[in-house]
Amino acid sequence: MIPAAFDYHRPDSLQDALGLLQTHGEDARVMAGGHSLIPMMKLRMAEVPHLIDLQAITGLRGITIDGATLRLGAMVTQHEIIEHAGLSCAAPILREAALQIADPQVRYMGTIGGNVANGDPGNDMPGLMQCLGAEFTLVGPDGTRSVAARAFYEAAYMTARTDDEILTAISFPATTGGYAYEKQKRKIGDYATAAAAVLLTRKGGTCASASIAMTNLSDVPVWSEAAAQALVGTACDDTAIKAAMAAMDADIDPGEDNRGPVAFKRHVAGVILSRAISRAWSRT
Amino acid sequence: MSKKMQITLTVNGEAQDLLAEPRELLIHVLRERLNITGPHIGCETSHCGACTVTMDGKSVKSCTVFVAQANGASITTIEGISTPDSLHVLQNAFREHHGLQCGFCTPGMITRAIQLLEDNPNPTEEEVRFGMAGNLCRCTGYQNIVKSVLAAATEMSAAREAAE
Repeated sequence: MIPAAFDYHRPDSLQDALGLLQTHGEDARVMAGGHSLIPMMKLRMAEVPHLIDLQAITGLRGITIDGATLRLGAMVTQHEIIEHAGLSCAAPILREAALQIADPQVRYMGTIGGNVANGDPGNDMPGLMQCLGAEFTLVGPDGTRSVAARAFYEAAYMTARTDDEILTAISFPATTGGYAYEKQKRKIGDYATAAAAVLLTRKGGTCASASIAMTNLSDVPVWSEAAAQALVGTACDDTAIKAAMAAMDADIDPGEDNRGPVAFKRHVAGVILSRAISRAWSRT
Repeated sequence: MSKKMQITLTVNGEAQDLLAEPRELLIHVLRERLNITGPHIGCETSHCGACTVTMDGKSVKSCTVFVAQANGASITTIEGISTPDSLHVLQNAFREHHGLQCGFCTPGMITRAIQLLEDNPNPTEEEVRFGMAGNLCRCTGYQNIVKSVLAAATEMSAAREAAE
């Protein structure tokens, strides 16, 4: 499997990368770890006459924890997320999710920026970023702007990023309380049949706040405000969990594919969400 | 056909300069241009791990790396870990514990296991299984592969302690 021919660029600054995007327009695409793009190019489902490899731009790397705000450069790999002690302490749900992505070799190469920017409904980080209330930093010819993860995804592979912009960083608040990233997959390395990201805080015996997002159950990640609201003020008991499952079920829109028919996916989504809530609550 | 570019790689400690199209995959360059045929092509779709090599301290599937991306990198393949007269601890462990049958996945398995033990010198069985999850074997059922990696880890730890 050999991809179509392309010209390779490895700019060492963001300005040069943006310049190449300007020059080559629709013929150019940026690449982070390449573990989504290269397989698509090999299958000739993606043709990229000008490939812009971001690996040499040092400004896109690094994890910074500034008080209660976390910032990850777009080129931070899943492996780096797993190994970073400070991050595991400030937002442990990120490590829990990253460990469930692909396999070790892919995690050395795969980046958070590529994972969120690609717009693949099967990717785990977009839903998690919605759960965390993350902001994405986009840099283009007209300057820098910030877009909320919850407003970023428009359809499968369609996002708020314009073709001349590069997603450079992700930021989100440190988490408090309980967390869980629960994922059902057919085998190691597979995308989710259903996955749930849950963050909960407790005040006394009841849930004070909640955030819930689901993965691969629509053509975009699903942040379900109604599911979260069903838990607030409850003790996250069976009745509350059932209410959250019902609210979530109304928000998702799974399609039938080789991971199963719609009814099966809705069933699995409920089971996964129920497990995630229980685990998150046990950690509050 | 796109323009060829000058590529510089360090492969198993030796500098290699070659002209290649950027779209060529690292596995093809290793096998077909440099005659380094230890890394195998199994699935060629980044699932099976038979093409695993170490690139700048990372285990990568060389079927999913363009040679242009690897330009400037240091690569280690199964050929670079030992000599026929003096096998690597992991190679001996695989032989000792019957960690292979047909042997097709073995170069990728051992290359991956070396990096795994580099990152985590004293893994539990569960950590070995998790850390080797990117490599598929159709013969052994994995039991003896896991046993081999654990045995090598023990031996390498003992050797490190003895050296200290």
